[in-house]
Amino acid sequence: MYALIRAMNIIEVKNLVKKFGDVAAVDDISFDVKKGEIFAFLGPNGAGKTTTIKMFTTLLQPTSGKILINGFNPVTNPDKVRSSFGIIFQDPSLDDELTAFENLEFHGVLYDVPKKIRRKRIDELLKIVELEKRKNSLVKEFSGGMKRRLEIARGLLHHPKIIFLDEPTLGLDPQTRNHLWGYIKDMNHKEGITVFFSTHYMEEAERMAHRIAIIDNGKIIADGTAQKLIEETKSKTLEDAFLKLTGKQIREEGAKSIDKLRNRRSWRR
Amino acid sequence: MEKIKRYSKIIYILWLRQLKRYYRSRPRMIGSLAQPVLFLVALGFGFGPIYQKAGGGNYIQFIAPGIIAMSIIFTSMFTGLEVIYDRQFGFLKETLVAPVPRWTIMLGRTFGGATVATMQGIIVFFIALFIGFRPENIFTVPLAIIYMILIAVLFTAFGTAIASKMEDMQAFPLIINFLIMPLFFLSGALFPLNGLSKTIQTIIYANPLSYGVDGIRGVLSGQMHFAFQTDFLVLFVFATVFLALGSYLFSKAEV
Repeated sequence: MYALIRAMNIIEVKNLVKKFGDVAAVDDISFDVKKGEIFAFLGPNGAGKTTTIKMFTTLLQPTSGKILINGFNPVTNPDKVRSSFGIIFQDPSLDDELTAFENLEFHGVLYDVPKKIRRKRIDELLKIVELEKRKNSLVKEFSGGMKRRLEIARGLLHHPKIIFLDEPTLGLDPQTRNHLWGYIKDMNHKEGITVFFSTHYMEEAERMAHRIAIIDNGKIIADGTAQKLIEETKSKTLEDAFLKLTGKQIREEGAKSIDKLRNRRSWRR
Repeated sequence: MEKIKRYSKIIYILWLRQLKRYYRSRPRMIGSLAQPVLFLVALGFGFGPIYQKAGGGNYIQFIAPGIIAMSIIFTSMFTGLEVIYDRQFGFLKETLVAPVPRWTIMLGRTFGGATVATMQGIIVFFIALFIGFRPENIFTVPLAIIYMILIAVLFTAFGTAIASKMEDMQAFPLIINFLIMPLFFLSGALFPLNGLSKTIQTIIYANPLSYGVDGIRGVLSGQMHFAFQTDFLVLFVFATVFLALGSYLFSKAEV
């Protein structure tokens, strides 16, 4: 019985802690995500969402606690974990000096997508994010929104067991957002790919997610279906429920690398 | 077998990326040639007469291999800056989460950077020809490229190793300059190694670049202090050690 439950959980988190100095960005969280689920990870800015995702994806070492991704521990078995997931990052991660196509091609080779499928999917995805005409343009000529779209196309190029989406739809127009979710739902439905996403758009979480967890100040303060969260807080919408649970105060957020860079960029030619 | 094929593909695509970036950035290409050319012209012609009077022969013949080595070590070490650059702009994450061992990423980057550095060295060789350098034997010139490649791999790996542990874009060039200058000046690139004080000689013998300069000079100018085999062996061992060290540090990199 125990083994069966284990097999069904594709993400398992137990007493996970991440400290930066004295500050606990993630403070003793535990939860599971089931295979094939679409799971929303919500929380105000600076609540610990991105830090958690970074630990899942082997980019940060946890201070303590245990994570299992597809049955593997990111600390002791990073290579196995890395071949289980795909990710769309919150902040940019494209190579500006390469073209849109080259960025996708690079990704496809890294993830060992066979050439035939790779080329087919690249065309398909560029169409979805409406960049097929800019296929051979250098990324540095792209606007912020275009880069975002390209990044999403890249994240969906290979079909892993789990896909992490860290605020994937931030700054996208409703049309692209719609296309994108259509594609993700399709992937989830047809190939049983588990989707783990964070977002600030509550209606997105309400509509797409089978289950939701809300994190605040590094702790998970609620989880369950959207319906359950709404009922428990006696709210009308998920947004109301979210505000009731996390309060109305605006949060501080730690500086991202790109913000740190802004003050420094001047010295380079 | 499958694995070897896959790993070579990863190394290849990272190597290719490095070359594309170099090819697309003309200012970088030209900028990194300015310094060696200046050294070649100013020192070559400036010290030339006095070197001749002291009985050393043609100084351009002596210094050109040293300047070729210099352009390689500069380009190589600064390749590490790209790791920091990629970290700041986020691209590093893309490679760090990929389901491939990180040492393949490190090797691809290093070979790419080393190829670029070797090309810089070859360009400086042609510039040297233009200002009067004459290789001893035109047919053995390709042999010099072997030594250039070894220097390039060694110091690209070194630069990448340092960059894996650093986040500060401003500190990196300072530290690298602080390392390159003594490595270059104390390598026999500018002066012959005979008749030096014991202390200086010991330092120069401990500097891997000395063997690279010696190898290139031996092939191109027919003047040597060590021997070809010694040069090759020392460079090879150092390059292997730095590749291993770089791979290890890079595999521990966080963003």
